[in-house]
Amino acid sequence: MPDIVQINELRKSYKGGFQALKGINLAIRRGEILALLGPNGAGKTTLISTICGITTATSGTVTVDGHDIVANYRAARSIIGLVPQEINLEPFERVINTVRFSRGLFGKPSDDAAIEKVLRQLSLWDKKDNQVRELSGGMKRRVLIAKALAHDPRVLFLDEPTAGVDVELRKDMWDIVAKLKADGVTIILTTHYIEEAEAIADRVGVIANGELMLVEDKDTLMARMGQKQLDVLLTDPITEIPAALQSDALELSEDGTTLIYTYDTRSERTGITKLLADVAAAGLVLRDVQTRQSSLEDIFVGLVKEDAA
Amino acid sequence: MNWTAIKSIYVFEMYRFFRTIAQSFLAPVISTSLYFVVFGGAIGSRIQEVDGITYAAFIVPGLIMLTVITQSISNASFGIYFPKFLGTFSEILSAPISFIEIVLGYVGAAATKALIIGAIILVTAFFFVDFSIQNPLAMIAFLVLTSVSFSLFGFILGVWAGNFEQLQIVPLLVITPLIFLGGSFYSISMLPQIWQSVSMFNPVVYLISGFRWSFYGSADVPILTSLVAIGFFTGVCLTVIWWIFRTGWRIRQ
Ligand SMILES: Nc1ncnc2c1ncn2[C@@H]1O[C@H](COP(=O)(O)OP(=O)(O)O)[C@@H](O)[C@H]1O
Ligand SMILES: [Mg+2]
Repeated sequence: MPDIVQINELRKSYKGGFQALKGINLAIRRGEILALLGPNGAGKTTLISTICGITTATSGTVTVDGHDIVANYRAARSIIGLVPQEINLEPFERVINTVRFSRGLFGKPSDDAAIEKVLRQLSLWDKKDNQVRELSGGMKRRVLIAKALAHDPRVLFLDEPTAGVDVELRKDMWDIVAKLKADGVTIILTTHYIEEAEAIADRVGVIANGELMLVEDKDTLMARMGQKQLDVLLTDPITEIPAALQSDALELSEDGTTLIYTYDTRSERTGITKLLADVAAAGLVLRDVQTRQSSLEDIFVGLVKEDAA
Repeated sequence: MNWTAIKSIYVFEMYRFFRTIAQSFLAPVISTSLYFVVFGGAIGSRIQEVDGITYAAFIVPGLIMLTVITQSISNASFGIYFPKFLGTFSEILSAPISFIEIVLGYVGAAATKALIIGAIILVTAFFFVDFSIQNPLAMIAFLVLTSVSFSLFGFILGVWAGNFEQLQIVPLLVITPLIFLGGSFYSISMLPQIWQSVSMFNPVVYLISGFRWSFYGSADVPILTSLVAIGFFTGVCLTVIWWIFRTGWRIRQ
């Protein structure tokens, strides 16, 4: 099946001429979780708002399930759900009414069972008759998600769903996202938390300065860009690396108990076998070995540096 | 046409109205009652009949119009400004609906609220004044037309307004004077000739005159002229709204 969202050469200049999107090309696969990672002001919200119809593109096209978002906006928008970055809700309205409103607004006939399902899914059922203003910040965010899901969208955009949310709620959000994915919903979430992209995304796109710098499978990305480190823990601390072992890739920890070997998972030969043989030959006794994978954060920092260079 | 969406907006807006029902009704009812007591009772007893009807009865249509016009404008402008202010309007923009549906929902709700309040004022008037309505159908038609056209105007105002002051300044500086000088409390024919001519540029004159005609069968201007004037005003508002949504002015960046 073709990709569910296709973005071609999308550009957006705000009034005053500021270019927030500089020709984005992106295909979003059916059923995937795509994390758009980027610093504040990168253009993440602008990209999402343009796809959802809140802002208009300066040029370029977007299709959602084959429907052009301008020419065929009704068909395109009716399968999209959006959880905005800002918590914007009618403070005096009851939770259930705001969710009902959203369902109707997207053209779905009223259906109490469907509303109940969404509210229960988000643990809002016992809060359904509360006024929105009586809820905590985290609960309000759940209401936003419930509103976005009220019309059974096939594509869900979550704009920084876990910004300013406590750890527990963040885990809950991730569970909710995982369940939606299991139901076949395509999910695009923006974040500037790398752990978040790392924890739940299938693919990661990196945005900076209105440009999409890369999109890749999370695992490939980490393997491609990732360096691994091998910690060799020694039984007896040493003060310096034996001459026979000296190399750029090898460092000694400050307390002298660990040799840290950095290698690239991409290369044919990692040099691990030789290293371990050399360590043994140098008469050092191993207590333990372990490997560490560099996080997306390291990758991200590396990318942005590369770009600046 | 996405009727489900129109209904959702309409119902949601009406909820807001009924949630604050006490304020919604109380303020206009109290102020009109005061008008009846002061103008109808205290002053009216010293004023001779106007166009063959008592002064108290004469001001009833004007007062209803005054309320319906101000309510239409404030309901519609607030109804659209508030979601803009809260940021909830982005949901409307992201929905699979056209501007016609958005306008029908918001303007429909604002006009309905104004009509409900107009009806309550009418009922209140019966407690204070002895009057009758010659042509009830025409009266209802005038009320509906007025509430719809001024709700459209209020919608434009709400889209334009960048803050709460701007939201209130137009009704205060433009609409209220037009209504007061529009013959709510006097017959245009009571004015010196020069002011009669000036009054003809006030669109509200045509409304109140037509509306009063539906009560008592007498009018300052021909009834047809009234209808043309209100139709013209509605057309202008519709054109402006069409332009707003086409260009996204103050709505879509
Ligand atoms: N309405 C607007 N008018 C002008 N500039 C804007 C507007 N909205 C956003 N921008 C600018 O566009 C850039 C991208 O913003 P945004 O899409 O919100 O980034 P992100 O969501 O990645 O933090 C920022 O530099 C921001 O200042
Ligand atoms: Mg943002």
